Amino acid sequence: MKTAMKMMFAGAVAALTISGPAAAEDTLRIGTEGAYPPFNQIGPDGELEGFDIDIANALCEEMDRNCEFVTQDWDGIIPGLLADKYDAIIASMSITPERDKAVDFTKRYYSNKLRFAAKKSSDIKPTKKSLEGKTIGAQRATISAQWLEENMGDIVEIKRYDTQENAFLELDSGRIDAVLADMLVAYEWLDSDAGSDYEFKGKAVYSGDKIAIAVKEGNNELRKEFNKAIKAIRKDGTYQEINEKYFPFDIY
Amino acid sequence: MNWDVMWDSLPELAEGALLTIELVAISGVLGLALAVPLALARVARPLWLRAGPFAYIFVFRGTPLLIQIFLVYYGASQFETVRESFLWPILREAYWCAIIAFTLNTAAYTAEILRGAIQAVPEGEVEAAKAIGMGRWMRLRRVVLPRAFRIALPAYSNEVILMLKGSALASTITLLDLTGVARTLIAKTYMPIELFLAAGLFYLLITGIILQGFRLVEKRVHGVGE
Repeated sequence: MKTAMKMMFAGAVAALTISGPAAAEDTLRIGTEGAYPPFNQIGPDGELEGFDIDIANALCEEMDRNCEFVTQDWDGIIPGLLADKYDAIIASMSITPERDKAVDFTKRYYSNKLRFAAKKSSDIKPTKKSLEGKTIGAQRATISAQWLEENMGDIVEIKRYDTQENAFLELDSGRIDAVLADMLVAYEWLDSDAGSDYEFKGKAVYSGDKIAIAVKEGNNELRKEFNKAIKAIRKDGTYQEINEKYFPFDIY
Repeated sequence: MNWDVMWDSLPELAEGALLTIELVAISGVLGLALAVPLALARVARPLWLRAGPFAYIFVFRGTPLLIQIFLVYYGASQFETVRESFLWPILREAYWCAIIAFTLNTAAYTAEILRGAIQAVPEGEVEAAKAIGMGRWMRLRRVVLPRAFRIALPAYSNEVILMLKGSALASTITLLDLTGVARTLIAKTYMPIELFLAAGLFYLLITGIILQGFRLVEKRVHGVGE
């Protein structure tokens, strides 16, 4: 018993010393949320999948780097990068001035818009008049939540959810009158069985949302490497192939 | 360390702390009220009387509070019948869902604490009460329960503090309690260390107040009793 424990301990120490520092240098650790279909989610097999994941893998291949994914709840994803839990965030993150102060962004790898979604029977419109006194859901720490605070903060009640899926779930329960979300994520949900009773309301309230990869401030080497790889996969058609898998239109 | 961020966040965190205190106080009182009959039924002799409370306590002590909150908040709302029932105006609100989940949870733990205390009441005291002709209810009211509450007090103060910390889970169902406010502010500032530290200090402060309160009560009941 004692020797067995000793051997196990020795083995563990050996494994740590061999794999620890070496792996951290070669492997590129990528932080993602894993709860944001169709961009990054945990599939039925328990593995990460989605547009972000495919893009990340394509970029890693292009850069000839070994990549490893780390899943992290959304509202802790920037703090996690700052605390060196991973080297880059590929998780459908929009470039915002506030985030830009905390991290550095690559060039965009897709674009998005913010749009309201609500029940088909609802006559809600994305105007202040129509939304006054309504309860609107959004995911915590997203540009949707921020947009609501800045533009509608005084007239609507904002409910913040830990994941986008929970916000959609709440639309179903009727606790909220509408959800403000990234259009492409809502598009996927509206297309699914769960979202069949719902539709977009009005035009996008915010366009020009650029989605990019975040790296730690000052990590120019990695940022440039990603920029080069994004350009390369756009050029050789890999990007378009991945795009087609998820959306019948170009989202770049 | 950014002290300005910590300092500026204090008013908003204080508001969150008020909601936290409110949640803990309301569910604490309701939970205690529910725990007394539960504990009494739990120590009763007939099987039909103690089986229900036993199962209830087993379930609520045996599952995580987070799951209980999610089941009340997200789970119940998935059923059309719940959404159309008279309960919906209550279950619709995250606030009441949190109170319901916390109450049911703390009632289970408190009932178990009380059960132990009731069984720890010295046999001799019960015998003495019997000897001077006290009936079953009078014995319960005058001897067993007062004695059991006193025995349970230290363990119960522990439960209240555990519930204070468990109440942080209210932030997962959109409530802006102390933790909810901290998380929302972190989403704007990306300064988790500063804000969690500040929120932690608030929790410590509340815990200190609770402990002091229990110390006073303990002093008082022991002064009268012994």
